[in-house]
Amino acid sequence: MDISNYLYLSVILFSIGALGVLVRRNAIVIFMCVELMLNAANLALVTFSRIHGNLDVQVASVFTIVVAACEVVFGLAIIVTIYRSRRSASVDDASLLKN
Amino acid sequence: MLHNSFHLALTVGRTATPEAVQFWILAPLAVIAALGILLLKKAVHSALLMAWVMVTLAIFYIAEDALFLGIVQIVVYTGAVMMLFLFILMLVGVDSSESFVENLKGQRIPSIVAAIGLAGLLISLLGRATVGSPAAGLGVANADGNVQGLAKLLFTQYVWAFEVVSALLITAALGAMVLAHSQKVRSPFAQRDLAIARFRKDSLGDAAGLPAPGVYARHNAVDVPALLPDGSPAPTSVSQTLRSRGDIITSAGFALEAIEEQED
Repeated sequence: MDISNYLYLSVILFSIGALGVLVRRNAIVIFMCVELMLNAANLALVTFSRIHGNLDVQVASVFTIVVAACEVVFGLAIIVTIYRSRRSASVDDASLLKN
Repeated sequence: MLHNSFHLALTVGRTATPEAVQFWILAPLAVIAALGILLLKKAVHSALLMAWVMVTLAIFYIAEDALFLGIVQIVVYTGAVMMLFLFILMLVGVDSSESFVENLKGQRIPSIVAAIGLAGLLISLLGRATVGSPAAGLGVANADGNVQGLAKLLFTQYVWAFEVVSALLITAALGAMVLAHSQKVRSPFAQRDLAIARFRKDSLGDAAGLPAPGVYARHNAVDVPALLPDGSPAPTSVSQTLRSRGDIITSAGFALEAIEEQED
């Protein structure tokens, strides 16, 4: 097996995540799909680190994980706030500003 | 030329057979799980599949000589992040499954086309890319150990990024507290308020409290309405929650006539 297969897997997972963000409407599931995209990017970073034989890319990956954790904290807090006022976690229901 | 463009040509070095076996077992499962996140209706199922994908990726990291990241992946993602997700799911309503009715008309097909296009574009890019030399592997970089190597970089070259990220984490914690904080609109009902409300009602019928549930001597469970003196069940004797759930045993069988019939 070639090492680049990890990159192809990462691309596939990234695209599935992107599709999920576009198609799903439950805010929490959309959020999970964003996490999936971040994870796919991490897999690519780790594979690049292996291909080039240096650890700088893994440091970048650590930062990605930290930023993703912050993002989850904020995102879920926002979802809870929206849910509290709307009683719904669907992104389609939050269309008060539409008209 | 056409043949070349579809030939996936990025060869950067072979892996050992065990790793290949592991990859070909776990990678399809990860892709199937990711598709499951996409397709399953209930958010809880998506969350569980997400946890599976993350564990799979952690195994891949460890297989790729990124031991620290593999462990961090398990601790931070499957441990903390997914727990947070499940926690919020339980808070928001675990039964809330979304409808698949499209609000934006005809948005789904273009999205699928766009996603497939993105995947195709990236894969063809990867196929055309050349690194120039075979994969270096992390043997040299990890000579002192992966954690030690990462620590050396993190606390020397990237120490400012590290500090900035720590500031970001603190900001996130504060932000979450601010967002999750809710101001109370009114003070909670105390026993005194409830007592006053009971006596100020139109009738003093239940000023002494609602009747207790259960038909004494025959049945005393909380889901059986008490019987009034005339033998009819008293609906107020059963808790509102049980009533709205429909979890009430009818007490008609315990009514006076029924008992008399049984005794005859």
